[in-house]
Amino acid sequence: MRPLLYILPFFAVMALAFWAYHENYATQGQLKQMARLQDQIGNLRDEIAMQKAEWAYLNRPSRLRELASINFDRLGLMPIEPNQLGMANQVVMPEAQPLIVTGTTETSSTSADQEQIP
Amino acid sequence: MIRTPLRPLARILDARAKGQNPDTIERENLAVRHEAMKDKARLQSERRLFFLAAGFFISFSVIGVRMGTLAATEPSELRSTTSDTEITAQRADILDRNGRVLATNMVTHSLYVQTADLIDPARTATELAKIFPDIDPAAMLRRFTDGRSFLWVRKVLSPEQMQKVHEIGDPGLYFGPREMRLYPNGNLAAHILGGAAFGAEGVDSAEVIGTAGIEKQEDARLRDPAQSNTPLQLSIDLTLQANVEEVLATGMKTLNARGAAAILMDVHTGEILSLASLPDFDPNDRPAPALTGDPSDSPLFNRAVQGVYELGSTFKIFAVAQAMDLGLVTPDTQVDTAQPFIYDGFRINEFDNHNYGPTKSVSDIIAVSSNIGAAHIGLMIGGERQQAFLRTMGLLDPPKVELAEAPSARALVPKNWSGIVTVTASYGHGISTSLMNLAAAYATIGNGGLKVTPTLIHSDTHTPGPRVITEATAKACVMMMRRVVTDGTATFADVPGYGVAGKTGTAEKPKKNGKGYDAEKIINTFASVFPASNPKYVLIVTLDEPVETAGAKPRRTAGYTAVPVAGEIIRRIGPLMGLRPEGEGSMASLVAYKDPVAQE
Repeated sequence: MRPLLYILPFFAVMALAFWAYHENYATQGQLKQMARLQDQIGNLRDEIAMQKAEWAYLNRPSRLRELASINFDRLGLMPIEPNQLGMANQVVMPEAQPLIVTGTTETSSTSADQEQIP
Repeated sequence: MIRTPLRPLARILDARAKGQNPDTIERENLAVRHEAMKDKARLQSERRLFFLAAGFFISFSVIGVRMGTLAATEPSELRSTTSDTEITAQRADILDRNGRVLATNMVTHSLYVQTADLIDPARTATELAKIFPDIDPAAMLRRFTDGRSFLWVRKVLSPEQMQKVHEIGDPGLYFGPREMRLYPNGNLAAHILGGAAFGAEGVDSAEVIGTAGIEKQEDARLRDPAQSNTPLQLSIDLTLQANVEEVLATGMKTLNARGAAAILMDVHTGEILSLASLPDFDPNDRPAPALTGDPSDSPLFNRAVQGVYELGSTFKIFAVAQAMDLGLVTPDTQVDTAQPFIYDGFRINEFDNHNYGPTKSVSDIIAVSSNIGAAHIGLMIGGERQQAFLRTMGLLDPPKVELAEAPSARALVPKNWSGIVTVTASYGHGISTSLMNLAAAYATIGNGGLKVTPTLIHSDTHTPGPRVITEATAKACVMMMRRVVTDGTATFADVPGYGVAGKTGTAEKPKKNGKGYDAEKIINTFASVFPASNPKYVLIVTLDEPVETAGAKPRRTAGYTAVPVAGEIIRRIGPLMGLRPEGEGSMASLVAYKDPVAQE
């Protein structure tokens, strides 16, 4: 009985040590991956900032104006005129088409109630 | 342990035999024993002290070494936690009111040389000179070999240049990361943004500091790390700014003007939607300030804010507004306009020696722009009240706009506000002020009499300023200015549907030698508010020395120069601001679009 009391704690300590080392390495692995991801996020943020700057550069008014005049034949873009603005009630709405019912359809639900179920 | 007895029998018996006192033996032995006990105790405490000292020594050494390593090593970011706050740039972006980018940052690299690491300085110098044409290879080689260990070659590199430098392949060439300020719109809004430059420079980074405009004024805010992720939103509208600058540039070119400026402002909030000054520059490559000549000829000079000009007849409306507020006149009151009018030895002339007859109504004085009429109104008010009123309107102080140049734009006011100053100030001569002040003062008239502080920063909340003139006076002034456009001096600005109301101003520039005025060198200003029925915006357009040469005789009055330019600006920007034209300018009718395919 007594040797067992010595051997069991020894194995328990060994097992716990193994587990602790394992956890330690797993944590370090996670930290490394985290660092890698942080680097990646940082790089992507830099790229986003760059893309934003490029977007702003490509959409600068002077370039758009040039493009509009180069492509005038296809697009026909002109500066907006004051008389292009109006009220909503100035817009001519399509005439309401009368609803044309063809054929006879039973639409009343009261008659359905009156039907006797045999 | 065997204790030695204190009274050993052999010695006691021996002593007794010799007739000695045996007690002395006991005391002697006791003393020896005490001595031994003391020695033992001392040793023990010495050992304890030694261990204690060793313990302290080791722990302090450990702490010391740890502190030393922490101090000596590069700090590393704690990377195990995810941070929600992203610090993307050291300087906050600047956006327009709709969120379009006006200024942002770009990561680039600088190039420097550690001469000790150079393998072939001569070849490196020649290769660098091939990439950068302005480098003199001989001078560069001299700098490589004159004993210095470190030198900067380029502050920023383009990616292509960086690749070429890489291809030289000399290990003495190093790249340092740099964050560079980028203005993607080029010259657009150059005077507002100003520019930025590198401040203190290190190998790994350099600080970017604003050198002019809003970049300088808001430098602390833009560099504040806590706010580096919240962009600074300006009140400027990029689209309007582009249109205003385009029309203004065309006008300036057609009229052969030396310069031009325009301010578009919201009358209620004082937010500046567009501020243009021509000629302009590229803030990405800000030119060095001119050291010789007139600084106002430099493209860096902001005519809309820095320039102080005599604004001429645009001031007449202030005299009229004050006189009406004081109950001295109404728009229909007849005022003396008889020629000649000599005050204090000075003869006051009408423009182009017109004669407007013995009397004119106040409304007509504004419409035809009579100097003598305005002078009489000024005299009714009196110098002291006039000065106080112009100060309340903010015309005699530097403009309070968020630009680094604004505080230097001091109004030029005569020290002694004598009677003749009162007379000339009534029609805008003898005192010079910034166009920004004029815009704010016209905004006050436009919004019904509340003081306006011009601002370039967009804000959703706005506290109205104190009342300066009564609402009735302000409304009447707008109606009088509307008459200037419908049947006065500014008919070219009558944009159908927008009900423009404004006042022209033509002022001759003082001669360089300070003796009188130069009839050929004039500043034309048109100050307007629109739409007249419920003013929303104020537009100031100024041209420096324009001349209209379409007719037989060159024309230099504002009515032929600044007014048509302002009219065209309003016609272009009105629809962009979503202003629906009223009356004649509105859309006649709409025809419903019928899809030909759907018809079948």
